[in-house]
Amino acid sequence: MSDPSTIAGAVLADTAIEADAQPRGARPRRALSRRNVMLYGTLIVVALYYLLPLYVMVVTSLKGMPEIRLGNIFAPPLEITFQPWVKAWAEACTGLNCDGLSRGFWNSVRITVPSVILSIAIASVNGYALANWRFKGANTFFAILIFGAFIPYQVMLYPIVIILSTIGLYGSLTGLVIVHSIFGMPILTLLFRNYFTSVPEELFKAARVDGAGFWGIYFKIMLPMALPIFVVAIILQVTGIWNDFLFGVVYARPDTYPMTVQLNNIVNSVQGVKEYNVNMAATIITGLVPLVIYFISGKLFVRGIAAGAVKG
Amino acid sequence: MNQMATTTTTPSVSVKDLDLAYGNLKILDNLTLDIAPGEFIVLLGPSGCGKSTLLNCIAGLLDITDGQIWIKGKNVTWEEPKDRGIGMVFQSYALYPQMTVRGNLTFGLKNAGLPKAEIDKRIKRASEILQIEPLLERKPAALSGGQRQRVAIGRALVRDVDVFLFDEPLSNLDAKLRSELRVEIKRLHQQLENTMIYVTHDQIEALTLADRIAVMRGGIIQQLSDPKTIYNRPANLFVAGFIGSPAMTMLPGRTVDAGGGVGVDIGGPVVPLAGYDGAVPGAGREVILGIRPEHVTVHPDQGAGIPAVIDIDEPMGSDSLLWLTVAGHQLSVRTTADHAFTHGQPVSVSFDITKASLFDRETEQRL
Amino acid sequence: MATQRPTRLFHNLSAKIASIPMILTAVVVFLGGTIWTVLYSFTSSKLLPRLDFVGLDQYRRLWSNSRWLVSIENLAIYGVLALIFSFVIGFVLAALLDQKIRFEDAFRTIFLYPFALSFIVTGLVWQWILNPDFGIQHVVRGLGWESFTFDPLYNADLVLYGLVIAGLWQGTGLVMCLMLAGLRGIDEDIWKATRVEGIPMWKTYLLVIIPMMRPVFITTLVIVMSGIVKLYDLVVAMTGGGPGTASEVPAKYVYQYMFGAQNLAQGFAASTMMLVTVAIIIIPWAYLEFGGKGRV
Repeated sequence: MSDPSTIAGAVLADTAIEADAQPRGARPRRALSRRNVMLYGTLIVVALYYLLPLYVMVVTSLKGMPEIRLGNIFAPPLEITFQPWVKAWAEACTGLNCDGLSRGFWNSVRITVPSVILSIAIASVNGYALANWRFKGANTFFAILIFGAFIPYQVMLYPIVIILSTIGLYGSLTGLVIVHSIFGMPILTLLFRNYFTSVPEELFKAARVDGAGFWGIYFKIMLPMALPIFVVAIILQVTGIWNDFLFGVVYARPDTYPMTVQLNNIVNSVQGVKEYNVNMAATIITGLVPLVIYFISGKLFVRGIAAGAVKG
Repeated sequence: MNQMATTTTTPSVSVKDLDLAYGNLKILDNLTLDIAPGEFIVLLGPSGCGKSTLLNCIAGLLDITDGQIWIKGKNVTWEEPKDRGIGMVFQSYALYPQMTVRGNLTFGLKNAGLPKAEIDKRIKRASEILQIEPLLERKPAALSGGQRQRVAIGRALVRDVDVFLFDEPLSNLDAKLRSELRVEIKRLHQQLENTMIYVTHDQIEALTLADRIAVMRGGIIQQLSDPKTIYNRPANLFVAGFIGSPAMTMLPGRTVDAGGGVGVDIGGPVVPLAGYDGAVPGAGREVILGIRPEHVTVHPDQGAGIPAVIDIDEPMGSDSLLWLTVAGHQLSVRTTADHAFTHGQPVSVSFDITKASLFDRETEQRL
Repeated sequence: MATQRPTRLFHNLSAKIASIPMILTAVVVFLGGTIWTVLYSFTSSKLLPRLDFVGLDQYRRLWSNSRWLVSIENLAIYGVLALIFSFVIGFVLAALLDQKIRFEDAFRTIFLYPFALSFIVTGLVWQWILNPDFGIQHVVRGLGWESFTFDPLYNADLVLYGLVIAGLWQGTGLVMCLMLAGLRGIDEDIWKATRVEGIPMWKTYLLVIIPMMRPVFITTLVIVMSGIVKLYDLVVAMTGGGPGTASEVPAKYVYQYMFGAQNLAQGFAASTMMLVTVAIIIIPWAYLEFGGKGRV
């Protein structure tokens, strides 16, 4: 680059620079750069590993048995039939009776809905109490609650059997509702407590100055503000309770089995010819509820596990 | 745009016709800027004016849409930051928390494969200049804000580069630390004589540190000059209002013929423009007269100037800031603290027109 | 506005009453239940609980029971593999997703959806895919490799790997989410600093970013390990513990002896051992996190 010491020199220098127009502007980037290929390539391959089972489930459930026996599980159905779905829902045998998954489905519903309502109602109030109203021993109880979330359920299984038998609820749907509510409390209380501690204390103080008491503040101020967290809590609980197996198998009787237990019975304990398409249809139906919730709630679901997973 | 062009030497950093746009949104608009070697230039402006963006473009951390960047005579428009000969200091210090101060300083050098002797030499030099020798074995968490910032500067120093980039380095510090470190940075510049490009929204930092200031707004450089010129002859209304605290008083009015010359009618009283340092327009022009508080004199005698009424007194230690009402406008005046003015007192004011600025009401440019 | 000044007892009382369910649950179920089980593990209860102390008898039997020892070994192998791979895969996926790519939401949805499924569903689906007569083995053989063998669920030496494949499919998404949240919490200026210094990306991740993410790693570790210890549903659905006892796990052992073999005290002893294992993981972590038990 020449030193322009005269105006002519300056003009010359400028044109020299103009001729030196490259490089200029944005860095050249090819869409198919090595970085992009590796990045997207890896992601797509991994995505396929994740999507494969879903695909296989759906495809198998839509085929007739002859096609399955002859064919390839990865091949799409030549002839789509919904018969397996009907059979799974209404006719599949679980060893004791043959009215399909529908019974388990309704059991699951009757277990999940009250459990969700009960556990969230209790946990939100408890979380609120812990966040805003300090009383002696509150933190100790909370610590015990949290440890309860981590210790293996096996250690508390039998005492609960005794408790439920004593009050005559062992084997009933109500018993399961109580069990799920109990075990849902730690994570949910933590969730609500964390949320309510992040609410500015000024709001709480202002309400106290206005004369509101414990329940008044809860219903008029905290509850309306916490709606997003309620949604997260609902998602967490519905998914957790619907997918549970252990409690279903320990605390339910065959006529009160939730869907997961029934599913396992249908697939794994059937004698004779295995109807793989029916099995896969049954599997999908069982997974459908939490899956739909997941796809609808997307970001909230992520927030839910992060909240459930992150400690205080 | 005034430019003190030093075309006899190669600029240290040169920005040519820089454009940065995201889709239709233009962040930086056709910027051209030449920075001389050893110059301390400050990019000053409010949030969102594009100053940090410009700095990141010069650093190579952001891709530009059009234009070129030259550093030390080399076209670095497509170069990675590490190949541009720059060192950078960030607002949040960005020190590596898991490493000691020494580790922070040596990380980049080790990565570049420099021999141990060279690394030790540079560490010694940097820690002496910045007085961080006793801190070398500590971790960032054990340092104060001011110490952390010095280590951050040290990290740029050991890179042995010509150009230093500062991205609002003092904004995270409290007021006292800020003024201490401000002096240290100025001392550092005097000692090292490197080119320094400094981004801030604080006009005090700009006025005290800069050889030249580029006042930016909306992605465009409003004025590029030394601090004195920017303060005394602001190029437009925005620069005039942004620089100077307390702010310049803006009196809207219209030019009229008065007593053999031109004056500004500010809604009754007329301010004569004799002695104005600029182009005095003809009569009938819509203008804004800008005058700084220290260039207004208050007279207890009502006849000695334009009539006004004392409104509020803000005592500030050695000075007082008086707020007056003049022809329906608010006017601020700086005076000594031991004045005898009281609220509601009728007074008169006179202006030092040689220090005033006149702006066209429509174009907002200084006349 | 006159406000009735609540007495100290009153407003505490309301909160106390509202907290009764939590207190009851914590004390009766969690604390009481655990103590009860541990207590009765020192008895010889068979079909019904009986309070006759036999000292460490149940534990002696437990630790000389080959089925128990196998289940511990199995859990350890599964645990190590699941932990390592879920961390590596989870972190890599999170790092990839952190690159400001397009379709980030779509990818994250795909990686995470298995987490919404029950372990039973997961186990059954993978059981089907790994089915030697119809699944992968059959398909690959059909493509020409006649002697290709891939039936981990029928091979006592390989069955654990089959479980790991399914377990990773289900659980890695969670690890990825946690890691991604951790990555997003890193100050952007750190990235700029390393770029200006010319540090290559892999070095930045290894020497700067990962050390900065220590808290996230620890939390994730605790969560993953707690989940691994509880492994039960997946085994029931996928292998039933087989072939033989090749995929037995402690949780299944507990269920078997408590409700199947009518040997309550054995079940209690086994579950106490599970508790001890978890305690060894949790207590040091809780101490580090909360600075002493009881203060959350």
